[in-house]
Amino acid sequence: MATSKTLGESLRQHGVSRRGFLKFCAATASMMALPPSMAPAIAQALEKARRPSVIWLSFQECTGCTESLTRSFSPTVENLIFDVISLDYHHTLQAAAGDAAEHAREQAMNSNAGEYLVVVDGSLPGPKANPGYSTIAGISNYDMLMDTIDGAAAVVAVGTCAAFGGLPKADPNPTGAVSVQDLVKDKPVINVSGCPPVPMVITGVLAQFLTFGTIPELDEYGRPRAFFGQSIHDRCYRRPFYDKGKFAESFDDEGAKAGWCLYRLGCKGPMTYNACATMKWNGGASWPVEAGYPCLGCSEPDFWDAGGFYKALSVPTGSPGDVLLTAGAVGAAVGVGAGLMSRNQGKQAAKHHDKVTADQLEEKL
Amino acid sequence: MAQLANIPIRIEQPEAEPQQFGNALPILNEIRHALARFAESAEPTRIDLAAMPFGPGDEEHLMALLGRGEVEATIDALGPTRVWETRFPGVWVLDYANVEGERIALQIEVDEIPQMLRTQRADITDSLTALDAALASATAADPAAESRH
Ligand code: SF4
Ligand code: SF4
Repeated sequence: MATSKTLGESLRQHGVSRRGFLKFCAATASMMALPPSMAPAIAQALEKARRPSVIWLSFQECTGCTESLTRSFSPTVENLIFDVISLDYHHTLQAAAGDAAEHAREQAMNSNAGEYLVVVDGSLPGPKANPGYSTIAGISNYDMLMDTIDGAAAVVAVGTCAAFGGLPKADPNPTGAVSVQDLVKDKPVINVSGCPPVPMVITGVLAQFLTFGTIPELDEYGRPRAFFGQSIHDRCYRRPFYDKGKFAESFDDEGAKAGWCLYRLGCKGPMTYNACATMKWNGGASWPVEAGYPCLGCSEPDFWDAGGFYKALSVPTGSPGDVLLTAGAVGAAVGVGAGLMSRNQGKQAAKHHDKVTADQLEEKL
Repeated sequence: MAQLANIPIRIEQPEAEPQQFGNALPILNEIRHALARFAESAEPTRIDLAAMPFGPGDEEHLMALLGRGEVEATIDALGPTRVWETRFPGVWVLDYANVEGERIALQIEVDEIPQMLRTQRADITDSLTALDAALASATAADPAAESRH
């Protein structure tokens, strides 16, 4: 059922006009982080593209990645792509379960051997770990992954768990969790990290494979450069305040209200590579920094173990030294001040609903 | 619930200038370059505003600077696309929305007329066939048509 029609034909069958198709291509270019001048090339490629079969495996995960994808505003360009790609197996989204579901997976593998795309969300117990920590239909995650990727064209690891181990792998890693790239060595692995990833980034990567049949250019962590090529910090609209040394020191001070940089409140933007600052969340409505909350660094390896969310990065990167010196000095002074505030005072503050500093918040966690 | 009233609420002055993060002017410069290029070599340009690190207020500021010109159109395909020429002729804004009215892309196009507004050749061919069919059935249904032959 998968590869019979081209995408262009399917879209027209869905009642999409040529102008609609142009719009689709414009939005797809935007979604793939390609310049709008690429829209005609996308249109051409899409006219000819065959529908690839996609097998989606969910291992040790919270379903946040699938939620991110399916809760993206609908019906959208992304959904259209999913209507026309053939999602042959997805634990969470399919109606079938157990043997019937596994049968669908095997059938998709056999009839599309060498061509299908495997999408994985979640990490999995490694070959030396107890396989009983995570099984599906009595099959260990490890066996299922190795069996499924055998005839795959490529593997897309969606979310920080699949890409880098994520929460399951966080210290002390009770289930012996590993990432997909730890196990898959003989197929291209594309890491789409994030906890969860921006939905448009997930679909953008899938759309690129669907459109051009190629693996995008990847960074040293196996992430597509088009989306992960620049740091949050480099694309952050609050960057001018960082450069001027204007920092919010608590979540409700005047600086926070004026929209100053959140570096002192623990923003991990300078070491985090992701597309949030431009693609944003909830259909482009906003993103954490715009909502006044520091970036947690969720698309980076081992971010759960990378220190407190509200602790300022100790070694700031990519900024003029003199500004940083000032920032550091101010930071140290504030740190001491906050430290001097007694626990008792903190409790009283809580009772009266007074201001709480980032350091106090950190202390409570 | 009495305490709810104690939460301080600050109301922004409605006439106050919207907050700005200084990211509108660089785009305006980029548009200027594109316009100069078009004036010289008729080379159109499209700029994807989704790729810009806009803060709150930046987009409004850019749109206010660009203003509105004489032409405005809506294309109804996969949801509405609103198109308007800015007060700088040749600089167009395309605001693409899905069927639920949510924005899926926002672009600036520097051209005589945006690509989306042009009728595509293939559509004109299809249109000819459709018009022929309409003409044939209208002629068949028209009793007066016979005498005109
Ligand atoms: S530190 Fe965070 S809030 Fe400040 S400019 Fe960088 S990314 Fe933006
Ligand atoms: S702003 Fe940072 S923590 Fe938040 S989703 Fe983006 S990369 Fe993850």
